[in-house]
Amino acid sequence: MNTNLSIADIRKGLQEHQFSAKELAREFLGTITKKDKDIHAFLNVTENLAFNQAEAIDKRIAQKEKLPTLAGVPCSVKDAILVEDVPCTAGSKILEHYVAPYDATVTKKIKEAGAIIVGKTNMDEFGMGASTENSAFGPTKNPHDLTRVAGGSGGGASASVAAAECVIGLGEDTGGSIRLPSSFCGVVGLKPTYGAVSRNGVIALASSLDQVGPVAKTVGDAEILFNVIRGRDPLDSTSIDAEIGNWKLEIGNLRIGVPKEYFAEGLDPAIEKVIRGAINKLEEAGARIKEVELPNTKYALAAYYIINMSEASANLARYDGMRYGVSRQEGSLLLDAYLDSRGEGLGTEVKRRIILGTYALSAGYYEAYYNKAQKVRTLLKQDFEKAFEKVDIIVGPVSPFLPFKIGERIRDPLQMYLVDIYTVPVNLAGLPALSIPAGRVGNLPVGLHMIAPAFQEQRLFETGKLFETL
Amino acid sequence: MISKEEIQHIAQLARIRVNENDLEKLQQDLSEILEYFNVLKEANVSGIEPMTLVSLREIPRMGKNVSREDVARPGSPALLQKLVTMFSAVREGFLRVKAIFSR
Repeated sequence: MNTNLSIADIRKGLQEHQFSAKELAREFLGTITKKDKDIHAFLNVTENLAFNQAEAIDKRIAQKEKLPTLAGVPCSVKDAILVEDVPCTAGSKILEHYVAPYDATVTKKIKEAGAIIVGKTNMDEFGMGASTENSAFGPTKNPHDLTRVAGGSGGGASASVAAAECVIGLGEDTGGSIRLPSSFCGVVGLKPTYGAVSRNGVIALASSLDQVGPVAKTVGDAEILFNVIRGRDPLDSTSIDAEIGNWKLEIGNLRIGVPKEYFAEGLDPAIEKVIRGAINKLEEAGARIKEVELPNTKYALAAYYIINMSEASANLARYDGMRYGVSRQEGSLLLDAYLDSRGEGLGTEVKRRIILGTYALSAGYYEAYYNKAQKVRTLLKQDFEKAFEKVDIIVGPVSPFLPFKIGERIRDPLQMYLVDIYTVPVNLAGLPALSIPAGRVGNLPVGLHMIAPAFQEQRLFETGKLFETL
Repeated sequence: MISKEEIQHIAQLARIRVNENDLEKLQQDLSEILEYFNVLKEANVSGIEPMTLVSLREIPRMGKNVSREDVARPGSPALLQKLVTMFSAVREGFLRVKAIFSR
């Protein structure tokens, strides 16, 4: 069976009885068995769940029921998102034996839409990393070159789609965790507007930045999955039912902003060539290209990491070794149990960030770090607002680097942080952004980053779909 | 450079045991990262308000606090059982923890 299928192909195939949902599930689970020994996109393959869901779909087809949007579509779920009765580790040893007691809202929505959940995908521990090398269970390898990283934190989500181990995936993006691995693996990834998608049942890293979003092979499939998962949820007070709008693309009127700050020193010239080429294609298609300024970009990475670490240090206080997860009880006092459980259960990067976050929030440093970072965040948001007065979308590279060798950056945390330099401003400003394949350097994929104003996902989908045809 | 004593103090506050062997590398990494954060000193933020909630301005109704109905949402006994099963130690259905003070 050909597994290079879109959501529409699957719908048609099921309706025309070319294959059953169960055959489809068997095919994709077979691909996982065959390929994942090398790629390691999955931490856990949910074979029983997938077959049960597929049988339910086949029953509905037999009874000639109307099929829901994602009927029979094999979908991977990042291991930060709860799926009832399935282990959920967020890539951390401290949650090695944790089993999700309920479904996240997004999980409930894809289940109701008929998706077949094939497994939980690998990630940097609690989303902290840009290469999936910080997973306590070993790195995910790039399907295009197994000696290189798949990107992070959601390397598993993007690699699973790139390797055709599933058709779509649910990811989660705090500072680039959907877009960077999607760029590295040559697939489409969307970070939605903050508040567009519920975070209920998603293991939190930095609550003012985290957002669940789709990974897919095409923009059209990413759009379908986004429309399934979005909307207000009473269980997430920051979620919003927003008008996503019926923005229509008229290429002659499309104004595309190119920030000079995103092409500054540090960008791999080979990537710049691919991105400039992509911009030329859009211009030749009729779009108007304008240079824009985002002058505070140079502060974004520092502000992002201060906020990420500060929020993480508070969010990760829940891993106390008492209510769930790894527990060390050798000491005599409760304090020893906390210190030992966290000391052993949490990985190096997680400990680094919790310690720095605690430091940044402590008396005497709060003003200089956390509060200053929050003010810089306002500046960054204003930069984007000014730019969007002149243009409809902003484009640039997703990362200054090509997929790097496993082990190349892991020893030096700052070298790893620099990978995120173009993706973090979007999270700080709460905007939607898409990573879309733009070309290759050798056999390594390069992603084009498209950014839109808040709740203007439609601009990204329409422009993205046009770009795919160029 | 951040001192080893300061790191141990913060780690203790964050309830993380740090081994002496790891302290050297941790000190080096944390110092480098804090040094990088100094770039924010150049940012002119006079008169700029800190941004706390990203959607505050687009969505007027989000400008107010969002609250939900104050009604109990009883969970099922099955859910309770799942949660209790994951406790590190249980006594009579309650989470059992070690003593807070030594005698």
